[in-house]
Amino acid sequence: MPNIVFVLLRRLHSPLIVLILVYAISILGFTLIPGVDDQGRPWRMDFFHAFYFVSFMGTTIGFGEIPYPFTDAQRLWATVSIYATVVAWLYGIGALLSALQDPGFRRLLTEQAFRRAVHRIRDPFYLVCGYGDTGSMLVRALTDAGFNAVVVELRQERVDALELEDLRTFVPALCADAAEPDNLLKAGLHKPNCIGVVALTNNDAVNLQVAITSNLLNPEIATIARAETREVEANIASFGTNHIINPFDTFAGRLALALHSPGTYLLYEWLTSVPNEPLKAPIYPPHGKWILCGYGRFGKAVHQRLREENIEVTIIESRPQATGAPPDTVVGWGTEAETLLQAGVQDAVGIVAGTDNDANNLSILMTAHDLNSNLFRVARQNSRSNDAIFQAADVDLIMRRGSIIAHKIFALIQTPLLETFLHLARRQDNDWANRLNSRIYGVVEDRAPVTWEVDITEADSPALAARVREAGDLRLEHVCRDPRDRDHLLPCVPLLCERHNEDILLPDDDFRLQIGDRLLFCGHPAARGMMEWVRGNASVLNYVVTGEEHPAGYLWRLMTGHRNAPGSARA
Amino acid sequence: MNLEKVIFAFFIVLALTLNFGFFLGDIDNPVHHNVYELYAAIVVSLIATVLKFGDRSHIGAVLLATSLVADLQLIAAALVWGIVENMTETGMTPHAMAAIISLSGGAVLANVTSVVLLVTETVMVRR
Repeated sequence: MPNIVFVLLRRLHSPLIVLILVYAISILGFTLIPGVDDQGRPWRMDFFHAFYFVSFMGTTIGFGEIPYPFTDAQRLWATVSIYATVVAWLYGIGALLSALQDPGFRRLLTEQAFRRAVHRIRDPFYLVCGYGDTGSMLVRALTDAGFNAVVVELRQERVDALELEDLRTFVPALCADAAEPDNLLKAGLHKPNCIGVVALTNNDAVNLQVAITSNLLNPEIATIARAETREVEANIASFGTNHIINPFDTFAGRLALALHSPGTYLLYEWLTSVPNEPLKAPIYPPHGKWILCGYGRFGKAVHQRLREENIEVTIIESRPQATGAPPDTVVGWGTEAETLLQAGVQDAVGIVAGTDNDANNLSILMTAHDLNSNLFRVARQNSRSNDAIFQAADVDLIMRRGSIIAHKIFALIQTPLLETFLHLARRQDNDWANRLNSRIYGVVEDRAPVTWEVDITEADSPALAARVREAGDLRLEHVCRDPRDRDHLLPCVPLLCERHNEDILLPDDDFRLQIGDRLLFCGHPAARGMMEWVRGNASVLNYVVTGEEHPAGYLWRLMTGHRNAPGSARA
Repeated sequence: MNLEKVIFAFFIVLALTLNFGFFLGDIDNPVHHNVYELYAAIVVSLIATVLKFGDRSHIGAVLLATSLVADLQLIAAALVWGIVENMTETGMTPHAMAAIISLSGGAVLANVTSVVLLVTETVMVRR
């Protein structure tokens, strides 16, 4: 902050000196020029009066000739002084205004404001590098979930967009290159309450640099990076970045999952949605011959996954040599009927429009629809600004790069256990997933489920931990009961219990809890709040376990004969 | 030779010399102390202060601080002079003069510090 004052003062060197000199000369002149007082005696202005007169004259206030009317010589000097001081003031104020409006100075000002804002954040926060489609979705989800975030973004117009966004918490943003470690430090990388760095810029090299920087400067914190090529992915992974997300691979993996087990796919989609999203409907991509337009990074990932599912794929690519497409590739854009017919659109069951041009992708799908209206259509949407037309196109499945990354990162940040669960869920069959889906659907109504973690530890759930330690009779069903009426169950589904590296998938109601257990729940947002009550309040817990309401106060306990603390009362 | 350095050193030394010239003489004798000299000392001291703005080095910060002290002392002296001359019945008294001169004596010390720092820095640069 002192920097700003000094920079401003240095820029105002000459106007300040000019102002001092003009004042000095004017004042000196008035003390030297002889005048007469009201009785006509010779009189000279002293410094006090001269300073007073020049002060009000210079600022053009003008109280008149005081203390006595001036002589002509004094008037002549006053005339000279008026012009000199007014010009000096104009020069000074003009220089001040132009210094304040100087882009460099303004940048300094906003940077200072940013530093102060970051410094003021007391709660844990995430440092998000890159505020593109993905960054904006992630920041919104994070702030909605009550986290703080700090953004570093290269483009000024995106920073402006963030300022206009109506977020629940204030998110400071710095317009700077995230590849420079200095900028990350300004954004609070070294602060103890920075709990994670998310590198989401659309440049893999920058994401790599961010991951390296945060690994070296603050190895404690979680680092999540986006990578769009395998090489960068491996490179980032080599120095221990916690999570690397390749949007193309992730989407291709999901598409393959939807093909061989739609139930598991739906479970994935539901559990990794962001708060307040509508619940997604299931999709059933058909098995048969597929057409893939575009063989870039996205096309390659989809092609590989579809081949793994033993699905016949015909590729349409305009530059087969440059992209290294297989020899039987149909050459063309896919936007015209001829190429699509050549690729066998009439006997295909699905088409993936995966070029990097949104207009082409839509055009491919619309042409294909005209030729074969039964096609299952998958579109790659590159820019979030095209949301409206993709919605209107009524496509079966849309791959939005930003939304995929944002959802995955949000799930990782919100509940680290979720990853373990989804990993285990993939090994189960489709029927298992369908049964679980109907249980989840039964509790969440039409909004996406939220997921949350309950740790049986003093710090996380004091009442539960005390009960387990003292009575040892706590079962999972107790935690799931409604604290307002224990005959009802909360709208939630226990998904996983992690105990000493052993993972128990879908623990049942009689499951006995132990100290150190980590439970993963999903369900209605209201259930989470109710469960907080049970977790933290020993009296409420005692009620849901035993059905009795024990007096909490010491006097009442004494009178009713309950000498034990409510947490240790036995059923 | 650097013109900026010349001007800088000129004003710092001039602030000291003018200040010292005003300070010289019997402490309570108004005849020994010229009001125009005090005025010049103030103006030069202010200019020296402005010249020191914006130097972010440590020595620059100390130079600025000494200048601000000198300004403060000299302006206080001028205020005392103005008040005694215009707002009291007695006019200038030896007691008031002694107060003005001792204030300007403090400013001399601050200006000496400034010059010592300036000389030290110059000697260290050796160019």
